Amino acid sequence: MTLPKTAALLCAALLAAACTNPDRFGAGDGAGMNGGMGAGAGANGGIVPGSANDPQSPAYFNQTVGDRVLFAVDQSTLSPQAQQTLEGQAQWLQRNADYLAVIEGHADEQGTREYNIALGARRANAVMEFLVSRGVAPNRLRTVSYGKERPIEICSEESCYAKNRRAVTVISFGTAGATS
Amino acid sequence: MRRLISLCLGLVLAAALPMMAAAQDGPLRIDITEGVIEPVPVAIPSFVPENGASDMAAQITRVVGEDLTGTGLFRRIPQEAFISSISSFSSPIQYADWRAINAQALVTGAVTVEGSQVIVKFRLYDVFTGQELGEGMQFAGTTDGWRRMAHKVADQVYSRITGESGYFDSRVVFVSESGPKDQRAKRLAVMDYDGANVQYLTGSGSIVLAPRFSPSGDRVIYTSYETGSPRVHVLSVGDTQSRILPAQAGSMSFAPRFTPNGQGLLYSVNEGSNTDIYRMDMASGQTSQLTTGPAIDTAPSFSPDGSRIVFESDRSGSQQLYVMPAGGGEPTRISFGPGRYGTPVWSPRGDLIAFTKQNAGRFHIGVMRVDGSEERLLTASFLDESPTWAPNGRVIMFARETQGAQGASSLYTVDVSGRNLKRVTTPDGASDPSWGPLQ
Repeated sequence: MTLPKTAALLCAALLAAACTNPDRFGAGDGAGMNGGMGAGAGANGGIVPGSANDPQSPAYFNQTVGDRVLFAVDQSTLSPQAQQTLEGQAQWLQRNADYLAVIEGHADEQGTREYNIALGARRANAVMEFLVSRGVAPNRLRTVSYGKERPIEICSEESCYAKNRRAVTVISFGTAGATS
Repeated sequence: MRRLISLCLGLVLAAALPMMAAAQDGPLRIDITEGVIEPVPVAIPSFVPENGASDMAAQITRVVGEDLTGTGLFRRIPQEAFISSISSFSSPIQYADWRAINAQALVTGAVTVEGSQVIVKFRLYDVFTGQELGEGMQFAGTTDGWRRMAHKVADQVYSRITGESGYFDSRVVFVSESGPKDQRAKRLAVMDYDGANVQYLTGSGSIVLAPRFSPSGDRVIYTSYETGSPRVHVLSVGDTQSRILPAQAGSMSFAPRFTPNGQGLLYSVNEGSNTDIYRMDMASGQTSQLTTGPAIDTAPSFSPDGSRIVFESDRSGSQQLYVMPAGGGEPTRISFGPGRYGTPVWSPRGDLIAFTKQNAGRFHIGVMRVDGSEERLLTASFLDESPTWAPNGRVIMFARETQGAQGASSLYTVDVSGRNLKRVTTPDGASDPSWGPLQ
């Protein structure tokens, strides 16, 4: 790896870290939930490292690949659309081995608190199992459940609940202790 | 004189105590049984300040009155109606004057303050029989703790009239909430049962969930995200020092509950898509697994005698309640109505299990017998959850969250009969209450 490239990656990681608070649970700008794979691809030459146009950037992962998948009420089954997003995540993680991921499972508010912790854990685990099945090393992945503690949408209607029933793959720069 | 005051604590108790309806013509007594609510008129003249402590005496009298009327079992007769006045704690009672205003109980008291000490004396009279009910008592404490003295008086009055132990001199640990729904800050807090004297036990830097008081009230176990992942912590209430309990690396642990002797706990461990209930001895850290299988098994609660555990599981496909032996083993499903059942809590009396029910888009707090029969729903709202029992098993506190983007959580109490629903005033939002022991 060249020095400039390393520097660029570090910058990207720092940028991602700087965004930690507002973006922590995926509030973000919501762009490209399941965005087309080609969204940022046309800008050869003019790519700003770390921007959403840079296929190696966390911004690209979050916005173009799509950092999250959504679930039906009280379910942890991956929909065909979710599986498509996760195929993209797996490919990105394979190409960018300098990143680790924490998969955060969430539930909407229609459930008791502790059950929702377990339900969020199931959702995160479903994502992790899918990524591992597509070749991502398990030691690069970790799951955590937030239950219903961190909604991104706050209305009490299905339009919000649907976005809160999610598993978000949060990537960070770093290598696993013993990367395979 | 017939003065049966019968108060319904529900069909369950009515069925259990059919003979109570025959009671009458006795000393002042509230029998908690089937019937119509008719709060007992009680006169509580301002306690006599014996050492110039008139402010303190007035405050203590007020809290005694609030405790008693707050149960829904008593109605306080306004001071303006009084014919007699109580100017001395030892002066004889003019029963006719109190009968004339239809008082059935009379509580008199006196308050002495010496330095930082406060002494509260009280007597309880059965107005219609013209007799003192029990003996006069006095409590001593610090002036800072004056509310406890009032609660102790009220507990005695409640106990002598109902035959049940009281619950006023008790505390509740809960989660204090502030901030908008998508950035809610949470910290552990304790308060008196009535919402007074709130003290914070943790900062709001990490998410904290579902605390439980130890049986003696000296410690709290809870789930915290301090490490970035849900883990069980134990905190000493006295000095607010906390420590994290051991867990298998990489696992999430949550939903801790003390064993009845306070020396161990039940908690849930998530691994993969599976969540099971474990038991840990706190001194040795030794654990044993009580449930198995791919389901979500969580929210356990011991029977008061420690022999059985009620918990929730979705092994049937949706959240339902199950009872198993304390050491694990084959569980028996006890919930069969429509909807989902969670957060079961065994009554300290051993007779009922309180739970949260979700059905048709609404949440309810309900109770059922320990075999699942005679289910009764006590509340209904957009989101009710987290029931906890008063130490005498007669009242349930729970959290209610309001609907919408501005939704906020607060604490409520309701009788096990479903009557007397009341909000508990807290400085901020509040959730996940756990009612501690009578002190």
